[in-house]
Amino acid sequence: MNNLQSLSLYWPELILTITVLVTIIADLFYSPKESGRTAVWVLGGLLLTYVAIRVQDSTIVTTLFMENLAFDPFATFFKTLIIIATVLVIFISQRTSELTNYRTGEYYALLAIMVFGMFLMVSAIDLIMVYLAIEIVSISSFILAGYLRGDLRSNEAALKYVIYGAFSSGIMLFGLSIVFGLAGSTKFFAIQEAMWNLEGSANFAFTLATVFILAGFGYKISAVPFHFWTPDVYEGSPTSITAYLSVAPKAAGFALIIRFFNQVFGDGGSFMDPSLTTYTELPWPQLLAALAVVTMTLGNLVAMQQNNIKRMLAYSSIAHAGYMLMVLPTLSSQGVYAVMIYLVMYMFMNLGAFFVVIYVKSQGGGESFDDFRGLGWKMPIVGIVMTIFMLSLTGIPPTAGFIGKFYLFAAIINAGPQMYWLAIIGALNSVISLYYYMRVVKVMFFEGETSETVLIPPIPVILIFLALAIPSVVFGVYWTPIANWVSKSLVFFTQVI
Amino acid sequence: MDTSILSWIIWIPVIGMGAIALIPREKVQAIKMVTAVATGIQFLATIGLWTRFDLSNGGFQYMERAEWIPSFNITYILGVDGLSLPMVILTGLLFFLGTFVSWNIDRAQKGYFALYLLLNTGVMGVFLSLDFFLFYVFWEVMLLPMYFLIGMWGGPQREYAAIKFFLYTLFGSVLMLIAILALYFTCGRTFDMLLLMQTAPTALDGVMFWGMSAIKVIWVMLFIGFAIKVPVFPFHTWLPLAHVEAPTAISVILAGILLKLGVYGILRINYTMLPVAVWWFAGALALLGLINVIWGAMCALAQKDLKKLVAYSSVNHMGYLLIGMAAVIAAGEANGNNLLAAQAGLGGAVFQMFNHGTISAMLFILVGVIYDRAHHRDIEGFGGLATSMPIYSGIVAVAFFAGLGLPGLSGFISEAMCFIGAFPVFKAIVIASTLGILLNAAYFLWAFQRMFMGELNDKYKNLPEINKMELFTVVPLLVITVFFGIYPRPFLDLISSTMNVIIDTVANMGGIAGVF
Repeated sequence: MNNLQSLSLYWPELILTITVLVTIIADLFYSPKESGRTAVWVLGGLLLTYVAIRVQDSTIVTTLFMENLAFDPFATFFKTLIIIATVLVIFISQRTSELTNYRTGEYYALLAIMVFGMFLMVSAIDLIMVYLAIEIVSISSFILAGYLRGDLRSNEAALKYVIYGAFSSGIMLFGLSIVFGLAGSTKFFAIQEAMWNLEGSANFAFTLATVFILAGFGYKISAVPFHFWTPDVYEGSPTSITAYLSVAPKAAGFALIIRFFNQVFGDGGSFMDPSLTTYTELPWPQLLAALAVVTMTLGNLVAMQQNNIKRMLAYSSIAHAGYMLMVLPTLSSQGVYAVMIYLVMYMFMNLGAFFVVIYVKSQGGGESFDDFRGLGWKMPIVGIVMTIFMLSLTGIPPTAGFIGKFYLFAAIINAGPQMYWLAIIGALNSVISLYYYMRVVKVMFFEGETSETVLIPPIPVILIFLALAIPSVVFGVYWTPIANWVSKSLVFFTQVI
Repeated sequence: MDTSILSWIIWIPVIGMGAIALIPREKVQAIKMVTAVATGIQFLATIGLWTRFDLSNGGFQYMERAEWIPSFNITYILGVDGLSLPMVILTGLLFFLGTFVSWNIDRAQKGYFALYLLLNTGVMGVFLSLDFFLFYVFWEVMLLPMYFLIGMWGGPQREYAAIKFFLYTLFGSVLMLIAILALYFTCGRTFDMLLLMQTAPTALDGVMFWGMSAIKVIWVMLFIGFAIKVPVFPFHTWLPLAHVEAPTAISVILAGILLKLGVYGILRINYTMLPVAVWWFAGALALLGLINVIWGAMCALAQKDLKKLVAYSSVNHMGYLLIGMAAVIAAGEANGNNLLAAQAGLGGAVFQMFNHGTISAMLFILVGVIYDRAHHRDIEGFGGLATSMPIYSGIVAVAFFAGLGLPGLSGFISEAMCFIGAFPVFKAIVIASTLGILLNAAYFLWAFQRMFMGELNDKYKNLPEINKMELFTVVPLLVITVFFGIYPRPFLDLISSTMNVIIDTVANMGGIAGVF
């Protein structure tokens, strides 16, 4: 579609842009104390964006702005997911004690900018657009990570994030330039066609480019060995931002990986027939499998050593990225399906775990395991809710996390016996993860028993807990709505060559 | 016939749990009453199942079926047959009695009884579900309550015991999950166990995983998952720890029911879905049984802690059962169609499941009784208790005799059946395991001698006699042990039709087992 026509399908992004502008202007009229009210504007804008997404004709599958962006149910799925995550994080941010001394107008405006960037990330089908989208998201998250200006660790987080970010986008850009050099185009489909025509004569160059590009993508989803920023950034950032970084940009990063490998190196879309993907003879499935194994194993092994719960959750989120990466080498639509289901489940449980950390800290506690001692006795509701999130993250039925893992393993097993080893490694990893997740439960309930007066959180906090804990359990028992939503969304824009 | 009775049996404890959640935590008595009522109703319902159970039907009865997640072919299927019914009744009985064993829990009763009921639902669900996914969910639902019950209300090493139990079992379960998925995708995308029993043997025929027969790979993965629960040597190390650290009622449930889940799983899934591999594995199974018998008995002999002794006696007793299970191949053509031996072996194994459930439950309750009074369980630390606690000593004597397999008590019958069944096929193993019987008698008698005979330790001169509540929990088990020791017929009638079905399934595979 040409630029003018595209605008009619671009309402959600336009509304987001207006939201950002309105938020920044509105912030000028608030006193520093009231600055948090800008959240209302962002929430309103996100709601309108959501409405705009819903009223769009979901049957249209096309490209926008001269093949720069794809417009398909796959992108819509991720956009919806990102909006839900952002709304939850905005509510969570209202309850955090870390931000009380800061003006938060920019905070919410930056969140909205990030949403815009992620919208581009999930629909980009042009290398330049990919790069721009990643940078929009990254730069806003650098600022958000360093939002606590008075806190040294937050500054450290932002700086580390910038350095690693610049480094990996540089490498990625190099990879993209190789691809452009070989294919003569930045459009995914043109590259795919060019690769087809090269008939494997430039496979080494393409492999090299893939490795470089993976550096950029891997950075976004914090896959090993591009994960080094994760623990420090997660620990230093405001916890609400940590929660956000561990969910939304990760989801967007997965959308980008799926779309890129699917449409550039894959069969161009449906992933239905693995035999089609072999025409490139590139070892990218093996690369992704190796990345997955290293990511989840290292994430889990290091998470076991942590004494700070935020850091532990950072490494655990690395491990979860590994679980999701595990299915991409299956080259099947079931694999993509599983990742999408997993992301939905993961969003609730991971945000939930971080919110517990935020709440405990705002009640005068800290972030280390020692600060959680006896929590289940002092605040039984928080303890029980945290137990649910920990179980869900481990993947014990009947929780949402189990269903997520179940679909991942199912996709791998379905790919045939040659992939079973990957499933076994993944399964053993979830046993390892049990140890450190249960350590949280252990310190909460088995230690520091007291009969002190029970603390019951205020109603808004309970509501947020319920909004995160109920899906974490209910989707573990009945997830047909999610399954239907995902299977409807499993439609890519494709161009058959 | 009311067809939703199985659902009620599973979900009554959850209703009780909901009720407990609404009771303020100070009202301890009300919480206990709710638990007693919920488990009591459940127990009566399981008895109700038995009274209307068709003994001549070896298939599943009281079937229930409902849609759950159609997009993945996951269905809610429940049913009961001669293999699961005794276990269901045992579960109902032990959870009901366990409520009264837990009566003295002195802190956080609300959490304890809520988790206790959740555990009950998990266990019942495993025995009754006929959909593999449902089975797995219930299998895992048990873990969390168990983790908490050991970790919060257990002994000094409770934290380590709890996480060790959890890690071991989860390790087994994830292998099982992969095996379940492998079965799902190779056998026509279904979790329906009844369908899988029909399709799996043919669908997997000739399928290879990594150059090995798929049947063997899946068999072993499932077996490890179940063997950890049984526990089969060398996966047994979690058991003594968990048993010793758990509060009395939980030890009762653990030994009485949870160990049976592993055996149940092997019989229900490995035997009926992958019968051909039974031929391949039976020898190893019998050998593992022998190791369990000897190893368990030797370890028990060495223990100074009475509860640990009882825990190792479980390892020992599970060994007899494994040998009996292996005897099922006697019915095959290769072994001369010895149907009687197979019936004795398999029937003995299932009977041993039930008997060990009642006997070990009794033993753990009795250990709890003395621990509550003396606050230690050191065998050497007692002596001459028979003079200060005559009734208690008498009951312990009967329970120990049941444990060592004295004729006239139920343990003897099932152990004898296991050996009789296995003898024609595994002569050497059966002969070697008689050494285990000797050791078995030795550790029980020696412990009895040290604790109850000899001179009375002055410290324990005034120990109060076993009280009424404790008697109430022990006597039913004692009666069952004596009754089935004298007249095992009702039990064997209950299981025989289903045993014949399983034996048929396995025996028919004997012909192709050589090729396999």
